[in-house]
Amino acid sequence: MSRGPGPAVRGGPAGGVPAIEAVDVSRTYQLDGVSVPALRGVTLTVSAGDYVALIGPSGSGKSTLMHLLGGLDRPTAGRLVIDGRAVGGLSAPELARLRNQTIGFVFQAFHLLPRTSAVENVALPLVYRGVGARERRERAVAMLERVGLGHRLEHRPNQLSGGEQQRVAIARALVTDPTVLLADEPTGNLDSTTGAAVLELLERLNAESGVALVMVTHDAEVAARARRRIAMRDGVIVADSDADPATGGPGPGGGPGPGGGPGPGGGPGLGVGPGLGVGPGPGGGPGLGGGPVEGGGGS
Amino acid sequence: MRLAEAWRVASDALRANRMRSLLTMLGVIIGVASVVLLVAIGTGTKQTVEQQVEGLGSNLLLVVPGRLDVGSAPAVSPLTLQDVDAVGRVVGDPGRVAVTVASGATVRAGTRQDFTTVQGVLETTPSVFARDVARGRYLSRSDVDTGRRVAILGDSVARILFPDREAVGQQINVAGVRFRVIGVFAPLGQSLGVDRDDEVHIPVTAAQRLYGTQRVDAIAVKAPDRERIDELGELIVAELNDRHPGTEFSAVTQEQILGVLGDILGILTGVLAAIAGISLLVGGVGVSNIMLVSVRERTREIGLRKAVGARPRDIGVQFLLEAVLLTAIGGLAGMALGVGGALLVAAVSPIPAAVTWWSLALAFGVSAAVGIVFGVVPAQRAGRLDPVVALRAE
Repeated sequence: MSRGPGPAVRGGPAGGVPAIEAVDVSRTYQLDGVSVPALRGVTLTVSAGDYVALIGPSGSGKSTLMHLLGGLDRPTAGRLVIDGRAVGGLSAPELARLRNQTIGFVFQAFHLLPRTSAVENVALPLVYRGVGARERRERAVAMLERVGLGHRLEHRPNQLSGGEQQRVAIARALVTDPTVLLADEPTGNLDSTTGAAVLELLERLNAESGVALVMVTHDAEVAARARRRIAMRDGVIVADSDADPATGGPGPGGGPGPGGGPGPGGGPGLGVGPGLGVGPGPGGGPGLGGGPVEGGGGS
Repeated sequence: MRLAEAWRVASDALRANRMRSLLTMLGVIIGVASVVLLVAIGTGTKQTVEQQVEGLGSNLLLVVPGRLDVGSAPAVSPLTLQDVDAVGRVVGDPGRVAVTVASGATVRAGTRQDFTTVQGVLETTPSVFARDVARGRYLSRSDVDTGRRVAILGDSVARILFPDREAVGQQINVAGVRFRVIGVFAPLGQSLGVDRDDEVHIPVTAAQRLYGTQRVDAIAVKAPDRERIDELGELIVAELNDRHPGTEFSAVTQEQILGVLGDILGILTGVLAAIAGISLLVGGVGVSNIMLVSVRERTREIGLRKAVGARPRDIGVQFLLEAVLLTAIGGLAGMALGVGGALLVAAVSPIPAAVTWWSLALAFGVSAAVGIVFGVVPAQRAGRLDPVVALRAE
């Protein structure tokens, strides 16, 4: 599914191969015998290295979509392909393996294991990959150093600040070198300063490692920093900045937007910057964000 | 996930809830300890009884009136010393025939007294049964023939009546009649709470006069060879039936006695083990219960583990190992407690207790099995949790 300028400007390691491809995907829940549609025919492609903000009011289906994109759930209808594998035909163990190898999750509530050190929390996904203890630790330590927590290796979650906990969670999500990083309100439990730092970290890692970043957010400012914004309402995508050029999608003019500069923490990652310089122009954000933002305030 | 990793996670989880783990284990500990202890008591009792019956002497044939059966009423003996002579003729050697006519009586020496079993016997007793005289001598043929008033004391009786004097040569008073002590038995010790040294032997003729009776309670025969022991028993019973028409007699061997006692004690051991097994079962239900609580408490953790790639099996194994670890540690502690308890019981009480390897293996195996059986349901529940739902759990 070619999409105009999109693939051309994306410089991810996997080139034009889509990391996730959803075609007319639906998810219906059965509640006391009543069918409740949470997603109604969503078509979407996430390419390697992309930076997507998923916005929409509560109950719009964005969490359901996140769960599907992450392989935590299976669609009731439609075709969902993660990293080249059709999710519909996978067993629970195969899906678990797919998550382990392809997806990294970052949650609003961090979801760190209590009574477990930062380094062991980060190493957890490698346990299920069958990596030996020594290598697990080496990789976890390296990842914690990358997120700036090299001095907090043996600290437990209750000894860390909220921002530090979320950094540990980010390190855990990326230690397996996934194709896609799914972040569900990653700054939702943090104050604005800490939240901004976490966001910058996510952006830097997206730029450095080429992992696709898909982020659910209520925050219009956060959404505005993404290269691409997808707005949802009532289980359908109502706007996609890539698919609809009228909403101010990426173009050569969008280059200097906030997404292009990973911020002060970027450092060496800036080398990728120009290739990814597809952040929305200042006009892009409001054009798309209008609807979702007011809905977002209600949650 | 590797098994070693799962072990580590399971033991961490138990350590995180120390008090709860300990209380849950306590159920298993008590269950296993009671299985080990009660089976030890049952086994010990059986062994002691068997040793005692075997200790009576080998190739022994006991001839009693009536049937030797569980629950049959004791019969009044019609046997007399003439019957004993007849049995001696059947056996072909009167030296292989022993008798007893027993009664409880008070034995006095000076101001000291003891209520004990006084047995009227023949001089053949030491050669038929395994009894040794420590000091003095046993009865002679002439003692029995003349009904001489002489006595051999059990070790306990000698100690009670003559605590600071040599008993041999002293006078004692049995039911108002004076006897002279001519010997003291070597001690046999206690068994099943019964003091086997609490008895006095006197000539059967003297005993019959003392009790005013002609009867003999039972006849014991030491068979010349093992192969023909049953045949000999039948001959003796036939002879006695001729002499006492209308009365039933039984000749039983040690094997038969052991068989009957073994049946009784086997049932006893089985009942004890079953009662203990119930407490182990209750312990298992406790494990199941606490595992369900643990799964519920750690629902978010399960969701997270699944999100980062744990398969349903990984989660199931983790919780199953936790349950097995609880019961295995509980089982080991219970075994230690049971063995300790059995040693204590054997040391300080008259109840014998013998710990057997099979009871330890059984108790441990059952407790581990309990962990698996009662851990499977919570583990499966954990493994099947929907990760989306689990992640949202409070």
